Amino acid sequence: MTPVQIIFLVVSLMLLVSAFMVVTVRNLVRAALWLISTLFMTAVVFVLLDAGFLAVVQVVVYIGAIAILFIFAVMLTRRVMADTGPQTNANGWWVGLSSLALFAGITWILLGWGGSSADAPIFPAGLDTVTDLGMGLVDPNGFILPFEVASVLLLAALIGAIVVAWDRDN
Amino acid sequence: MATEQLIWLLPLPPLVSFFLIVLLANRNKALSHTIGIGAAFLSWLAGMVVFFRAVTGEHGLHGLGEHPLHSAMDWLPLGDGAFQIGVNIDPLSALTLFFVCWTVLMIFIYSVGYHNFGQPEGEHDQKGLPPHGATVTDEHGHQHTVLSVEPNYSRFFAFISLFAFGMFVLVVSDNLLTLFVGWEIMGLCSYLLIGFWFAKPSARAAAIKAFMTTRIGDVFMLLGLAYLYSAAGSLSYSVIFSPEVLDRLVHDAAVGGFLGLSAAGLIGLLLFIGTVGKSAQFPLHVWLPDAMEGPTPVSAMIHAATMVSAGVYMVIRIFPILAAGAEHGLTPAMTVMAFIGAFTALFAATIAVAQNDIKRVLAYSTISQLGFMIAALGIGAYVAAAFHLLTHAFFKALLFLGSGSVIHGMEHGVLHTGNHDVDPQDMMNMGGLRKKMPVTFWTFLIGGFALSGFPFITAGFWSKDEILADAWAHGHTAVFWTLAIAALLTAFYTMRQIMLTFFGEPRTKEAEHAHETPWTMTAPLVILSVFAVAAGWAGIPEDFPILGGLVANFIHGVSATLPAAMIEKAPAFNVIPLIASLVVALGGLFLGWLVYRKYKAGATDPVKKMLGGLHTVLQNKYYLDELYQATFVRLFNWISEVFTPAMDRGVIDGFLHGIARVAFSLGGIFRDRFETPVITGAADLLGNGVKGFGREFRGIQSGRIQQYMNVVLVIVVVLAVFIYILAQV
Amino acid sequence: MIPLSWYLILAAALFSLGLFGVLSRKNAVAILMGVELMLNAVNINLVAFWRYSAPEVIAGQVFTIIVFAVSAAEVAVGLALVISLYRRRQTVIAENIDLLRW
Repeated sequence: MTPVQIIFLVVSLMLLVSAFMVVTVRNLVRAALWLISTLFMTAVVFVLLDAGFLAVVQVVVYIGAIAILFIFAVMLTRRVMADTGPQTNANGWWVGLSSLALFAGITWILLGWGGSSADAPIFPAGLDTVTDLGMGLVDPNGFILPFEVASVLLLAALIGAIVVAWDRDN
Repeated sequence: MATEQLIWLLPLPPLVSFFLIVLLANRNKALSHTIGIGAAFLSWLAGMVVFFRAVTGEHGLHGLGEHPLHSAMDWLPLGDGAFQIGVNIDPLSALTLFFVCWTVLMIFIYSVGYHNFGQPEGEHDQKGLPPHGATVTDEHGHQHTVLSVEPNYSRFFAFISLFAFGMFVLVVSDNLLTLFVGWEIMGLCSYLLIGFWFAKPSARAAAIKAFMTTRIGDVFMLLGLAYLYSAAGSLSYSVIFSPEVLDRLVHDAAVGGFLGLSAAGLIGLLLFIGTVGKSAQFPLHVWLPDAMEGPTPVSAMIHAATMVSAGVYMVIRIFPILAAGAEHGLTPAMTVMAFIGAFTALFAATIAVAQNDIKRVLAYSTISQLGFMIAALGIGAYVAAAFHLLTHAFFKALLFLGSGSVIHGMEHGVLHTGNHDVDPQDMMNMGGLRKKMPVTFWTFLIGGFALSGFPFITAGFWSKDEILADAWAHGHTAVFWTLAIAALLTAFYTMRQIMLTFFGEPRTKEAEHAHETPWTMTAPLVILSVFAVAAGWAGIPEDFPILGGLVANFIHGVSATLPAAMIEKAPAFNVIPLIASLVVALGGLFLGWLVYRKYKAGATDPVKKMLGGLHTVLQNKYYLDELYQATFVRLFNWISEVFTPAMDRGVIDGFLHGIARVAFSLGGIFRDRFETPVITGAADLLGNGVKGFGREFRGIQSGRIQQYMNVVLVIVVVLAVFIYILAQV
Repeated sequence: MIPLSWYLILAAALFSLGLFGVLSRKNAVAILMGVELMLNAVNINLVAFWRYSAPEVIAGQVFTIIVFAVSAAEVAVGLALVISLYRRRQTVIAENIDLLRW
């Protein structure tokens, strides 16, 4: 067991436990906090995959914005459901079974695929992923179109969210 | 204008007058009679022009016979050719046209005075009833009742205009179809005019009787026309009287070998039955006396001068068909005609002797004289029949118009005395009118003498003598003696009529106060009396002692209408028929004068004294009307009121109801056994099935997305497994 | 070294957990949290494949960036909807929002 493997195993264990907690905990604020934990662990996994920039973006965007948004949403919708009663609906067991089946299926296919046991290729030296990413996003022969589209999407989402949540009675 | 065009236009003015009066001039009496008389005058003018051109053409009447004025046009397209109609003026129609034009015009003018134009309207006068007087106050404040104007004045002129149109169409037509059209138009107008005073029940009944009786004749005539058309292929005179067609008709046996007649015989007989109806011969004569319910100008026009003459005209026209086949004897059709004509002549004359109503005497007289004409034609005396037709039209119209004048005078008397129970038409109430109404008297006398056949001067003598001469010359003694006795009776009852009406002292106050009628009524009388005298002189036989040859025998040219093979020479002069004519005419007149010269008011009729019970039979017209009523009329009433409704309701409606019931029950069975269980059941099953299915299935749509996603997940997993397994295979 | 399969299995497990959360949680916000977990799993997958097939081709990271953007947008709008729904219906329990029921 190389040290990297041990780190990976610890991180993945924490990730999975956090994720489990997100989907089972009754108190929604706690669920949100467990979500933050999950997201953080995901950032660590990105680091392990030599995608540092993405790890930072993960922390900033997901944890810094989205998770906070979740907490706000939970706070704003708390009145009726006073954190009591079971949070899992009637289908809980069957869904659990199905997801388990799904997981089992995917895992089985993966293990049957030869390429899954490949090792990571050597990270080319001098490869500046950040610069490459930046250049790629504005290169006309590159990914400027998806970039622009994503920005339009964000604009639409921005306007849409405002419009949808606008309190018309005021 | 070419004569043929003029002939086409001849019938039109009265038709236009009818429409103008009906549509525009109905309220304006003066305008109506102006239009009517103007139209009659135009037709008269055209008729005179046509007549003179026709008879003064080359060779006179004989040339006209060979080359009649003729014009035809295609009317009804039939296959390759067309049914043609047209106009035709040959000697017969020229003669008929002459007297029709004159009598029509005279009657139109007479009607103005007869319907009291210019008189005030009566206070109690109603449309549909004869006018009965208006009260006027003179300058002294005295109130008099005077004759009032007819309320339906314009209508009268409209109807007689339409009638005149019908007659002109009949006279100028060149084929039997348009002749029949004119015939029927006149039948309609006869109905309308007899029932002119439609609020009187007797007038209504008389109109229906006239129409029905003539209809019986018309049905047979139509059958004859149809048969003729199918046998000859045409109804135009030029075709049906051609030797080839006549030959064929004679040699073909009648349909079904009917009574052993030839086709010509049967056709002739059927067409003759039309005349029996229209010209009031026995047994269809019953309508004519009742038709006296109409105003007197109507009686004059329809029942003297034109309509009944149309029947005789038609039968004279088809003489070639009637006579075809028998070279010098009589065909069966002709024998029938001779018998019916002679019988009717005597029969009607006997009834006339016992009548008291002035118009009834003349009605029976008309029937009798028409019998003379038919009999004449029946024995083959073509020219004599046509001659008598001409003269009779004039003097009978004159007599009728004269009687109308007398009645007017009497009505004036009735209004003066105010006694409405006195019948102004009853001769027993008259007397001494020759002093009060001189013009009427003299013209009536002339007409009456013409009817009786007063020797040499009057027209009736020449025409009647010709008939008797023909009968004697061809050896038809039965006909000869029958007609001679009828002529005797004719003279007798005519003199009786004149004596009762004009001679002696007035037998009632009303007769005392009668006075002469206005010039619109007396002028036509004078004009007609001229013809009643002069018309006969155109037909004096050539070989008549002394008088023969003085005036060219114009009438004899009428025979030129016949096909050449049928034209006979006039019979040689024989003194016996002449003596017979003189004896019967003068004898009858003398007898009438003898019997009635001393007749006083209230006395029994001398004839009644002489005949006793027979007189009652005669007065009641041999109870023939009652016989018809008890048999035919009751039978048909029963059929129409009892039998037919019962058939209609019971049989036909019952049948229909039965069908309906069957249909209903069948429908019910189908509905209950088949439709409801099977079809409705299936449909309901389908519908309910779908509904139930839907109700069960809609649970899928719970509105909860988590449930939807569950399903998606399950399906995805299943599909993935499936595809994986397939990929392995 | 860490074989690719470990990362992929990790992502699969995370994905299944997220799926479980989406399908079984009552609260709508909790469902959206589940959706976030699934998107994160996808991201892990993408980055893993980028690293293990051709790290010099930047398309993998670009894809991931786009997924970031999309998920952010989606969460924003989704939560706005939940809040609007909460204002109308006074509830955020997904089972009670069944207006499109038959």
